[in-house]
Amino acid sequence: MTWQPVVGLEIHVQLKTRTKMFCRCANGFGGGENTQTCPVCLALPGALPVPNRIALEWTLKLGLALGCEIPKRAVFARKNYFYPDSPKGYQISQYDLPSCVNGRMLVPSSAGDHEVGIVRAHLEEDAAKTVHVGGRTGRIGGAEHSLVDFNRVGTPLVEIVTGPDIHSSEDARRFLQLLRQTIVELGISDAEMEKGTLRVDANVSVRPAGSAELRTRCELKNMNSFRFVAQGIDAEVARQIAVYEAGGEVVQETYDFDASSGALTARRSKEEADDYRYFPEPDLVPVEPPAELVERLRGELPELPSVRIRRLERELDLDRALVLVTGGLDRLYEATVAAGAEPLPVANLIANRLATSAGDAVDASQLALLVGARDRIPRAVLDDALSHIDEPGFEAAPYLAQEAVSDTGELEPVIARIIDANPGQVAAYRGGKEGLLGFFVGQVLKETGGKANARVVSELVRERLGA
Amino acid sequence: MAITREEVLHVAKLARLELSGDEVERLTLELGAILEAVGKVAELDLDDVPPTSHPLELVNAWREDEPYDSLGLDAVFANAPQREDDLFRVPPTT
Ligand SMILES: [Zn+2]
Repeated sequence: MTWQPVVGLEIHVQLKTRTKMFCRCANGFGGGENTQTCPVCLALPGALPVPNRIALEWTLKLGLALGCEIPKRAVFARKNYFYPDSPKGYQISQYDLPSCVNGRMLVPSSAGDHEVGIVRAHLEEDAAKTVHVGGRTGRIGGAEHSLVDFNRVGTPLVEIVTGPDIHSSEDARRFLQLLRQTIVELGISDAEMEKGTLRVDANVSVRPAGSAELRTRCELKNMNSFRFVAQGIDAEVARQIAVYEAGGEVVQETYDFDASSGALTARRSKEEADDYRYFPEPDLVPVEPPAELVERLRGELPELPSVRIRRLERELDLDRALVLVTGGLDRLYEATVAAGAEPLPVANLIANRLATSAGDAVDASQLALLVGARDRIPRAVLDDALSHIDEPGFEAAPYLAQEAVSDTGELEPVIARIIDANPGQVAAYRGGKEGLLGFFVGQVLKETGGKANARVVSELVRERLGA
Repeated sequence: MAITREEVLHVAKLARLELSGDEVERLTLELGAILEAVGKVAELDLDDVPPTSHPLELVNAWREDEPYDSLGLDAVFANAPQREDDLFRVPPTT
């Protein structure tokens, strides 16, 4: 039997507001332990929460970017649980009335756009950071005590829940890349998995291909890169298929994925799991976003990554379009092409040679000049130019002046010397090892201090050795 | 009775409260009385009344995203039973 993976994702995004969600403590990394805390986020008796307007607006903005409807009324609730990462004994979170519902994101793929439903996006607050000390490392069960830093508690957190619409680890990865790029371009979060400002859990099940049923799913946690999310999904899908094919049943369970070993470890199942006794937060009044606010935020949305990928795909292929857009380099690409350079060489050069961070600082007209001259100037000069191109006031002209030596009269004697000095390689080349052409070209470039035109050298060497 | 002894024990466990037999007895009675009093509302015909999560008409009470000074560490740890460097030390949680 063939099996189809069925995957839904839950994504948590820390918003980079200046202050926390319900108090005015500074939000973000940097302060010493417990220095970004106050009576509200430490839950001292009598302290009252007041929501951050910017966090509410950014949540709506993200929802709009994901094609969500913005319900007339959103209500915060208390999610009750006992754990030292939550000093109040509950987390404030939107529950049955979230800020954003029923959206969709189009994920371009070679088989056309693939639609992933966004069930909801809601606003909540992050928990504190706890470290378990003693006992077996990392296992809460054997810990002798825990240490708590409350700087992170109360950080605004948006949770995005997708429908079970993703059917391969590759689709999951592409969805996440696009979602991340969208979030970064909205300017609401750095969305970096390694730093924990973006966190992903995956709900995974499998079903016989062609069927529409939803079978028991398992949750994967603790994957701190998109690559590990993809690996975790693949491992869990394989595990479930093996269970079914052996005649067994999948049991609902939460797993941690260990990327170094590829192993899935079941968490100790909590008897009282998911009994949060939600009720409306009495200290916060409902949020009813005015229509003018929603329209203003909609008007502020940039052209979305998936739309830009579709546009770029008309002159490039999907892979290059994806790399440019998810690397934040497509605007530079378009500006450089608009400045007169050929699309494909521009795309290759930007995707392969420029760091994502360099994108905004590069002057497209200067890059267009370099792309146009890339075959005429020596490789070493091009490399040098590219390493400085994101500096203010960069000019391509001095680099273009250093044209590569293409004069055969100048190159022939050098080539002759190299050939004479390497009789072994010459014999091997003539014996069929054509890959050695690169060796000869490299030697000539070295001899000329990188100034020779590699394309011309390559033709000359081929001519001489072919004789 | 509006609440059973088992429910009281379950909620106490969720809140990590250790209750003596007498306390379970007393809380079952007291919580039951409270729930019965609140249950009076259910005797009314409320079909046309939307669920009311808040007694006030007020909506959209929010603040600007401007930081204030956080507490000093002395104040932060003033009520902490145990401190280790600048961290709160708490019993292991299971
Ligand atoms: Zn605070």
